[in-house]
Amino acid sequence: MKGSKILLESLLKENVDTIFGYPGGSVIPIFDEFYNTNKIKFLLTRHEQGAAHAADGYARVTQKVGVCIVTSGPGATNTITGIANAKLDSIPIVVISGQVPSGNLGTDAFQETDMVGLTRSISKHNYLIKEVENIPKIIKEAFYIAKNGRPGPVTVDIPVDLMMQEVKNVKYPTKVELPGFKPNIKGNPKQVDKLVNAISEAKKPLLYIGGGVIISKAEKELVELIKKTNIPTVSTMMGLGSLPYDSENYLGMPGMHGVVSANYAIAECDLLIAVGVRFDDRITGPRDTFAKNSVVAHIDIDPAEIGKNIFADIPIVGDAKSVLKELNEKVKNRKKDDWNKKTEKWKNENPLKYDQKNSKKILPQFVINKVNEFVTDDTIIATDVGQHQMWSAQFYHHQKPNRYLTSGGLGTMGYGLPAAMGASFGFPKKQVILFSGDGSIQMNIQELATLALNNINVKIIILNNSFLGMVRQWQDLFWNKNYSATCLRRNSECKAQCKGPENDDDCPNLYIPDFVKVAEANGVKGLRTDKVEEVEKILKEGLEYDGPVLMEFLVEKEENVYPMVPAGKMNNQILLGD
Amino acid sequence: MKEKHTIILTVMNRVGILARISGLLAQRGFNIESVIGALTEDPDVYKITLVLYESERAIEQVTKQLNKLIDTIKVIDISHKNNYIIREYIIIKVKVNQNTRSDVIELIDVFKAKPLDISQTHIITELSGNVRKVDRFIDLMKPYGVSNYVRSGEFAMTEFNNENK
Repeated sequence: MKGSKILLESLLKENVDTIFGYPGGSVIPIFDEFYNTNKIKFLLTRHEQGAAHAADGYARVTQKVGVCIVTSGPGATNTITGIANAKLDSIPIVVISGQVPSGNLGTDAFQETDMVGLTRSISKHNYLIKEVENIPKIIKEAFYIAKNGRPGPVTVDIPVDLMMQEVKNVKYPTKVELPGFKPNIKGNPKQVDKLVNAISEAKKPLLYIGGGVIISKAEKELVELIKKTNIPTVSTMMGLGSLPYDSENYLGMPGMHGVVSANYAIAECDLLIAVGVRFDDRITGPRDTFAKNSVVAHIDIDPAEIGKNIFADIPIVGDAKSVLKELNEKVKNRKKDDWNKKTEKWKNENPLKYDQKNSKKILPQFVINKVNEFVTDDTIIATDVGQHQMWSAQFYHHQKPNRYLTSGGLGTMGYGLPAAMGASFGFPKKQVILFSGDGSIQMNIQELATLALNNINVKIIILNNSFLGMVRQWQDLFWNKNYSATCLRRNSECKAQCKGPENDDDCPNLYIPDFVKVAEANGVKGLRTDKVEEVEKILKEGLEYDGPVLMEFLVEKEENVYPMVPAGKMNNQILLGD
Repeated sequence: MKEKHTIILTVMNRVGILARISGLLAQRGFNIESVIGALTEDPDVYKITLVLYESERAIEQVTKQLNKLIDTIKVIDISHKNNYIIREYIIIKVKVNQNTRSDVIELIDVFKAKPLDISQTHIITELSGNVRKVDRFIDLMKPYGVSNYVRSGEFAMTEFNNENK
């Protein structure tokens, strides 16, 4: 059997039925195998970065391993951002890259890059296959490593000559042998007992949950724990959807753009129970000020996360689902008390807000809030990165896990469109909506053609404020309104320095690009409005249309995201805006 | 407070394992004081002894990160354990003349070091022992003029009756 056939068979044995990718000289034999099989659905993206993000989006919604195949050299390096993105958000993907022929390795051959070297620090693990006989074993290991323990990206680099080599007796392993990789699933019972005691002694307990809850499918156990103990709960952006947004005892997202109640609760709690989180700096602010009145319990499957950013008084290494299950069996019921009342008061007194009534221009928050009227519990939301991402985290009504695809750790502009595409390719019947900005969408806008040609039903909502809004917001608040390099309409007619288009009659304000024309040129339906009263109509028309649509809303240019905890400030030093 | 930590890594004998380890340390801002590695009695297993000067907290982090590498089987920080035999090996080239040669040879004798090559102007000698012994030997050779030396870095093994192989 040929190496390429062995690779295909190995992938089929891992139940792979969907692959994203882009061909090239070093992977022609692999694509030739695809030509002769109907067992794999293949999506040709328009850029390898798109393929990597699509595999990531696919993995997030289907909870399977996302797979992408690219060629050597530039094909491989174009996936780098996608791999780093999957690493920071713990998403299981396997990236298979072609490589120059074995004999040319290390000679700076045409389209040769050291993929193993390049991905060493951004992948969970990586391989260069040197013998064709090893393909089944390494593919098996790659999938096993990607999805077990704390998930992450694994890359496999395969010299093209291996694909053409013949092997007589191919052996497919049935299990993996990795003496160095044995994730600890069950938490130490003694540590769980300690946590049980801490909960019964705590006056102000707080649950702080994150992506680990979603990855381990622990949402039922979480709901049960909250029901039993009435512990107020906050969720990271990666954890959104593990609890319905309107759940009892749920406060919302803490951190830089988190809600006031969640941040106050962290500042004041005396027991912080962290589940599947990594104390990211966008949550903690200065680490020595974070939850400083609190005993910290940290449940995570990755021992290296425990104590990395915040010291854990009660460390529990284990899978969130398994540990929460055990905790539920042992923990005593807890009634609501003054602490609950206090957190609810914070919540009621500090709702998220925007003032569309007093604005003639469309406010981005208003559009997101309106979308809530057109969705079901099962709708999949993808986002790009920036202000719209924060607003969609805040204002979208998250209902279910694995339904909010966002680049949390790496903050990758350009993630949204290919991720939404991968999700929709995995679940063609589900409604998939992308929130993006005029900056982010242009970073992978080439995938519009992929949507149209394959009739991938993604509804794109661009909140166009003509700025790289999040950076402009920092310039507005902390850099004396020096809008340096953040206006996407800046052109040769502009003054050297600019404090923004408001009150500037000379602002050339060129509308480029015309997103509706871009959409239509790519075979995607395009809609646009700048009128508040048309928002609902456009959403209805766009979301009910059968096929991919791009809806552009020209929104208030200098709207800021609030609340905001400025970088370097404590969690209770919050800017609330007007 | 930064202090010396000797870490024994048991890893799978895989291509690029040293690059993974040194890359990880560099990525997280650690300087390697010394590193030595070779195959063990099991050809699939490679053993590395690593010396780092870092704080207790940093070492805890780095051992966790090293453990996280898929090819890592075991990581032990032996700094506060006394049931290890730790050795280092050195080859050193010392300047001599007619007046000093016998003094140097006497010291070599006392230290149970072994001369490897003797010329009119130099003596090359090898020595193994614990780190303090090696340091002291270098110190004593300095007044005569040390041309250069190579040290192996530390390597270690558990004593008998210990659960850690």
